[in-house]
Amino acid sequence: MLFENLSSKLQETFRRLRGKGKLTEKDVNTALREVRLALLEADVNFKVVKDFVATVKERCLGSEVLESLTPGQMVIKIVNEELTKLMGESVAKLKPADKPPTIIMLVGLQGSGKTTTVAKLANHLKKANHSPLLVAADVYRPAAIKQLQVLGEQLKLPVFQMGQQNPVQIARAAVEQAKKNHNDYVLVDTAGRLHVDEELMDELVQMEEALQPQEILLVVDAMTGQDAVTVAESFKNRLGLTGIVLTKLDGDTRGGAALSVRAVTGCPIKFVGLGEKTDAFEPFYPDRMASRILGMGDVLTLIEKAQATFDEKKAKELEKKMRTQQFTLEDFLEQLQQLKQMGPLQQLLEMLPGMGGMGKKLKGMQVDEKEFVKVEAIIQSMTKEERHNPSIINSSRRRRIAAGSGTKVQDVNNLLKQFNLMNKMMKQLTKMEKGRFKGRGRFPFM
Amino acid sequence: MSLFGRIKEGLKKTRNIIMNRMEELFTRQNFDEDFFAELEEILIAADVGIETTLELVEKLRDKIREEKLKAPEQVLAALKSLILDILGRDPVPLQLEHKPTVILVLGVNGVGKTTTIGKLAARFTAEGKKVLLAAGDTFRAAAIEQLEIWAQRSHSDIIKHQQGADPSAVIFDGVAAAAARGADVLLCDTAGRLHNKANLMAELKKVYRVVDKALPGAPHEVLLVLDATTGQNSLAQAKVFNEAAPLTGVVLTKLDGTAKGGIVIAVARQLKIPVKFVGVGEGIDDLQPFDPVAYVESIFTTKEQ
Repeated sequence: MLFENLSSKLQETFRRLRGKGKLTEKDVNTALREVRLALLEADVNFKVVKDFVATVKERCLGSEVLESLTPGQMVIKIVNEELTKLMGESVAKLKPADKPPTIIMLVGLQGSGKTTTVAKLANHLKKANHSPLLVAADVYRPAAIKQLQVLGEQLKLPVFQMGQQNPVQIARAAVEQAKKNHNDYVLVDTAGRLHVDEELMDELVQMEEALQPQEILLVVDAMTGQDAVTVAESFKNRLGLTGIVLTKLDGDTRGGAALSVRAVTGCPIKFVGLGEKTDAFEPFYPDRMASRILGMGDVLTLIEKAQATFDEKKAKELEKKMRTQQFTLEDFLEQLQQLKQMGPLQQLLEMLPGMGGMGKKLKGMQVDEKEFVKVEAIIQSMTKEERHNPSIINSSRRRRIAAGSGTKVQDVNNLLKQFNLMNKMMKQLTKMEKGRFKGRGRFPFM
Repeated sequence: MSLFGRIKEGLKKTRNIIMNRMEELFTRQNFDEDFFAELEEILIAADVGIETTLELVEKLRDKIREEKLKAPEQVLAALKSLILDILGRDPVPLQLEHKPTVILVLGVNGVGKTTTIGKLAARFTAEGKKVLLAAGDTFRAAAIEQLEIWAQRSHSDIIKHQQGADPSAVIFDGVAAAAARGADVLLCDTAGRLHNKANLMAELKKVYRVVDKALPGAPHEVLLVLDATTGQNSLAQAKVFNEAAPLTGVVLTKLDGTAKGGIVIAVARQLKIPVKFVGVGEGIDDLQPFDPVAYVESIFTTKEQ
C-alpha cells in the first residue's frame, strides 16, 4: 500500500522507456516530469523533489545512460540509487549510553502518535531483554498520562508520573528512579506541540539540557504533507535530533514525508509504526523502501518476518513431512496459526514482488481473514484421528464437524477437497523437484 | 479575535516561504511560463494537490486571456475567485434545528476528533444549549477519560461504557439519553481509524445505521476532522469516510501551525463537502466557523499586519 501509486506511476513511465533503444534528452525530460509529478503527489516536499530530479537528471544525461544499451533500466537504477541515498543508506540503530540508563526523548506535533510510539518502543526494547521505564511528561493533553499508564499496564512495564507538574522536573525525577530500580532505558513521552509555539519549544530545550539524552526522536505522521519540511526543520533547529520515527505507515498514504524529513534533517529514520497494536513496530530499512518505491517488492522484510515467526525446528519437520507426504490436517492447522502470527495477510501480500505493479487491482481486494477462522474452527472440531487420517471422515462425521464448528457441511467438504488437492500437488512437486526442494521447504506457504 | 486575525497571527509566527514568494510573484509584470510554473509550485506547497493545482492554473490562463488581465492585482483577484468558486463564498452553518441534533465526528487517528468535540460542546453550551457527549472511542487507551475532562470543561453531560465496548451500543444509549433528557445537541465521538481498514470502516457503517435506527433522520451532521498538516491523503480519507457515512462537513484542525491545509480545496472540488469549522489553537474557544473568503485571503496575504 505504501508508495503504491508512486511505484506504479514510475513503473508506467519506465515501461515506456524500457521499449526504447536509445534515449534522447527529451525522453529523459518526459520521464523525469513523471517522476516529479509522482513524487509531488506522494507529498514529497517540492524543494526536495526539485533537488532530487535535478540530481537524477544530471546523472541521466551523463554518457552512461544515453549510450547504455538499456537506457530505461539505467534510469531506474539511478532513481533507485538516489532514492536510497536520500533515505539513508543503512539501518540506523539506537545509540545506548556508556553508562545506563539510556535516555530517549520522543517529540513531535499533536496527534503524530508519540504516546503510542513510546509504548511500541518500550515493547521493542522489552523483547530485546531490556527493562525500560516509561515517563509521562505530557502534562497538557487531557488524559495523556492515563493513556500511557494503561499502555504500561498492558505491557507490564513501569510508568513514572507525577501528575501535572513541570515536565522537566518529572523527567529528572524519572531518571533518578530508573537508576535506583535498574531500568536501563528511560523513554520520555513529551506533549505534542506546534513547532511555532516558542514557549513549549523552550520547554523541550530545557528538558534536553537537564537530561542530556542519548536519543531525541522526532515522531512524524507518514501522512504529513508539504509542511513536514517546516516542522522537521524547526525541531532540528532547536533540539539535537538523533532520529525519526515514521508513524501510521499502515495507512494508504504514499508517505513522501519520509523523504522530505530525511532530506531536511539529515537524521536517519530509525523506526516505523504500522498499526495500533504495540507490536506493530519495525526498524526502518531505507534500501528496502527504495526497492518498494520502484515496485521490486519487500521480500527481505517478508522473509525476516517468517523467520522470526516460524520455528526453525518445526519448519524442518514440516519439510520432511511434506516430502514423505505425511502432511496432515493437524500440520495444516499449525501452519495456518503460524501464518497468522506474521501479521495481517494484506500486509504480507503487499510485500511480495509484483504486487506493487498490481496495486490498482489489489486495492479493492481485501483478504478475508475470516476464512482462516472458519478453517481453523473446522479442523479444531475434528478428532485427532480424523485430523491424521481424513479419509475416515464420512457424511455423519461431516455433519458433526459442521455442527461443532458452526459451519455448513459444504464448508467441511470444501476444506477436505482443498486439502486433498494440496496433498496431490505436493506429491507432484516432490517428484519434480526432488533435488531443489530442500531450500524451499522452509516457507511452505509460498 | 476574528478568525481572520487568528489565522494571520498564526501565520505571523513563522513568516512563510509561500508568503514571500507570492509577494515576489505578483509584483512581476509579465505572465510567462515561469510565472505559471511558480504559481503551480506555490499551490502545491500549500498542499492543494497536483490535479486541483493544474486545473486552477489552466483556468487562470484562460481567464487572463479572455478578460485581458494585465495588472498583478487583477490576476491575484482572479485566482482567489477561482478558488472561491470551488469552496463557496458563504460560510455553511451546522444544521441544528432538530431536537436533539445528533452530530457524528469521524476521522483518522490523531487529527483532533476528541478536542474538536470538546470545543464544539463549549461553543454550544455557551449558546445556552443543553449538550450531551457520547464516548464512542472505546478503543484507544484513556480516550474515554479524555472526553470526560472535556465534558467537565464544557459543562456538558457524558454517556460512556467501558473501554472495549461496542461503539454502536454507546452511541445508541447516547441517542436515547439525549431524547429522554431533552438535550439540544448530542456529540458522538468515534475511535480514530485509518480509512483503509475495511473492518473498522464496517464498524462505522454500523454506528451510522444504529443512529438512524435509534432516531430516524439522524445523524443530522456527520463531520470529518482533517488535520491541516496532512497532505494528499486527506482526499482519500474524505472519499472513503464519505462512502461509509455520508459526510455533511469538514473540520480543518491545526491551522495555527504553518500548514495551509489546501487539500480542503480538492475535497470541496471532488466531493462537494463544505468546510464548516477550523481549529486555530489549543484553547477551548479556538474553534471557529469557516469563512471561505477569509481563508483564501489568509493563503494569499503577502504583508504582515
